[in-house]
Amino acid sequence: MSIVHYEEEPLPDSYGPADSFPKDFGYGEEEEEEADIEDCCSAPSDSKPRILLMGLRRSGKSSIQKVVFHKMSPNETLFLESTNKIYKDDISSSSFVNFQIWDFPGQVDFFDPTFDYEMIFRGTGALIFVIDAQDDYVEALVRLHLTVTRAYRVNPDINFEVFIHKVDGLSDDHKIETQRDIHQRANDDLADASLEKLHLSFYLTSIYDHSIFEAFSKVVQKLIPQLPTLENLLNIFISNSGIEKAFLFDVVSKIYIATDSSPVDMQSYELCCDMIDVVIDVSCIYGLKEDGSGSAYDKESMAIIKLNNTTVLYLKEVTKFLALVCILREESFERKGLIDYNFHCFRKAIHEVFEVGVTVQRSMGPQPAAAPCNKALALNGTPRNTI
Amino acid sequence: MSSTAMKKKVLLMGKSGSGKTSMRSIIFANYIARDTRRLGATIDVEHSHVRFLGNLVLNLWDCGGQDTFMENYFTSQRDNIFRNVEVLIYVFDVESRELEKDMHYYQSCLEAILQNSPDAKVFCLVHKMDLVQEDQRDLIFKEREEDLRRLSRPLSCTCFRTSIWDETLYKAWSSIVYQLIPNVQQLETNLRTFAQIIEADEVLLFERATFLVISHYQCKEQRDAHRFEKISNIIKQFKLSCSKLAASFQSMEVRNSNFAAFIDVFTSNTYVMVIMSDPSIPSAATLINIRNARKHFEKLERVDGPKHSLHMRIR
Ligand SMILES: Nc1nc2c(ncn2[C@@H]2O[C@H](COP(=O)(O)OP(=O)(O)OP(=O)(O)O)[C@@H](O)[C@H]2O)c(=O)[nH]1
Ligand SMILES: Nc1nc2c(ncn2[C@@H]2O[C@H](COP(=O)(O)OP(=O)(O)OP(=O)(O)O)[C@@H](O)[C@H]2O)c(=O)[nH]1
Ligand SMILES: [Mg+2]
Ligand SMILES: [Mg+2]
Repeated sequence: MSIVHYEEEPLPDSYGPADSFPKDFGYGEEEEEEADIEDCCSAPSDSKPRILLMGLRRSGKSSIQKVVFHKMSPNETLFLESTNKIYKDDISSSSFVNFQIWDFPGQVDFFDPTFDYEMIFRGTGALIFVIDAQDDYVEALVRLHLTVTRAYRVNPDINFEVFIHKVDGLSDDHKIETQRDIHQRANDDLADASLEKLHLSFYLTSIYDHSIFEAFSKVVQKLIPQLPTLENLLNIFISNSGIEKAFLFDVVSKIYIATDSSPVDMQSYELCCDMIDVVIDVSCIYGLKEDGSGSAYDKESMAIIKLNNTTVLYLKEVTKFLALVCILREESFERKGLIDYNFHCFRKAIHEVFEVGVTVQRSMGPQPAAAPCNKALALNGTPRNTI
Repeated sequence: MSSTAMKKKVLLMGKSGSGKTSMRSIIFANYIARDTRRLGATIDVEHSHVRFLGNLVLNLWDCGGQDTFMENYFTSQRDNIFRNVEVLIYVFDVESRELEKDMHYYQSCLEAILQNSPDAKVFCLVHKMDLVQEDQRDLIFKEREEDLRRLSRPLSCTCFRTSIWDETLYKAWSSIVYQLIPNVQQLETNLRTFAQIIEADEVLLFERATFLVISHYQCKEQRDAHRFEKISNIIKQFKLSCSKLAASFQSMEVRNSNFAAFIDVFTSNTYVMVIMSDPSIPSAATLINIRNARKHFEKLERVDGPKHSLHMRIR
């Protein structure tokens, strides 16, 4: 018995222009060139589009950044020290989404002349304001209002995201009540300032469960211009393959970049996140070269998990940073050959989507930080060796 | 519980708040570390019976550590507590401010063991290591270990550093239960044969409920010396995530360009993990081999089962 690999065979090109990405695409062959790619694409790091984490002291900003992007265990955040200057975290070398996360100190003084907030807000895609829900939030609301109104005046295109955070300590009723109350008050304040057009989105989050990953996923998805295309591709893929649900994951952060248009149920998302953890952790132990070099997640990365209730979880590598995780029934998985063939087409299409994205961005040349297209984050989906 | 069950008494002792009930709940009752914050102090002794590998039953005595209880154990309850002990696990809170008192109780305990169960094996867990700064952990553990060894004489003790927040807990408990499995050598011999026949780099055998590694065979040098406890921890966490959906996992295959790992239900009490690095061996072949070995290991597991060696049909 053997598993059929379709991937070795070149397939007729059914999506997009034929020359949109190199035929010899693959991590193995172009490893040595990857340094070049990074060089040529990296603008001065300060001009990369960014996501800001703001909020009062000890509201949990640094914890969020560490847990989501650096695999810190929630328990370890107890030892984090207070942030005293802006910490710019560039995750573009490990993550699909080519942005910077700026973790702010709790007290930002907008009147400090060294704080060039105009420059900061101009290059911002999303501003996440973190409110500690276990604490009295009156002051936080004042701060929220001050921050978003100032940012809005500089750059009305920013997405304003409010994380009602640390809700692990709250009962379900209390959570809903808190969200309602914060929502009400924040919008009343905006109405008083005649800023009804300024839209705030609210999320209930905690680093102790998956809610923080889910919220971050939503924030990031809004910044991906190709989202409708991705959703569409996922829809086509799952309906042709007998798959119930599929998520396109940024492996390192467990943010899902896109999913098909059927509703997301939190438990399935959590299970997929946990699967990624298992796959990466096991691969770190057994999947590196003898001297510890190499990468746990590579072109051949794949996993199948079967549960006792006929559910199958199927993970496949899509790009260096992305994985597709599918949920399906055992009987559909019997047609694995078909699924793998469809996956091959899907993967190719995804590569083309991002290849085009990169080309378009590049052809526009260097952008001033204030350009509105900054909201369309440069995407790290596809490394390539020819420019 | 069947009458042929082999019961082994395990004492869990240590001062109140040192983490005894926490670790037992994580290993045997599917708690996650965070849930242990809600545990109250144990009143007197809590008994639990854990079926482990078919015929073996661990009889855990979780002895509440508050002073009044401790005094009772050494006096009025002395015989009851310290008789027929197979294993004593003594838990020390590494951050404890009453080191001297801890040591005093520990020595009283050893005295009682020496009188009542002189053959018992003694394990000391230097626990809550997560609270010590990372660069201090080696040093502090070495110090404690030396002290404990010295104070334990004439008995000998095995020391582990542990924390409920990482895989060290699994390492300690794997080593402890390993001592209690009656036919462990035989299991190991057969696992070796199995690994060699299927050309695996490594084979691990896990107890099904706890995911503690009970046996392993390694054909090829592996980089990570802590991998067994890490795998236990990783898979146990995943098992807990599945249980949130009222499901459990049956099998798992993970690969990249350097390896393939297969985890599968094995016998009624175990899971097996097979690590392969030869890319020319297809998954299906390995899966069939695992299936074929099941029956054989199932027999072995019964303590007094037939003791023949491994014959398998290999494709
Ligand atoms: N219960 C709970 N605690 C949290 C959560 N997120 C963060 N914390 C705790 O909140 C405390 C403060 O976290 P930080 O991340 O340092 O807060 P910060 O907003 O970066 O603080 P500054 O840098 O001083 O502005 C830490 O003790 C965290 O463990 C959460 O979701 N739930
Ligand atoms: N930081 C840290 N805390 C731990 C660890 N293990 C247990 N704890 C905490 O210690 C506290 C007491 O744990 P228990 O397990 O109830 O202690 P015990 O030894 O059973 O106490 P008694 O029943 O009174 O003898 C709980 O809040 C646990 O969460 C650990 O490894 N690290
Ligand atoms: Mg901070
Ligand atoms: Mg207790």
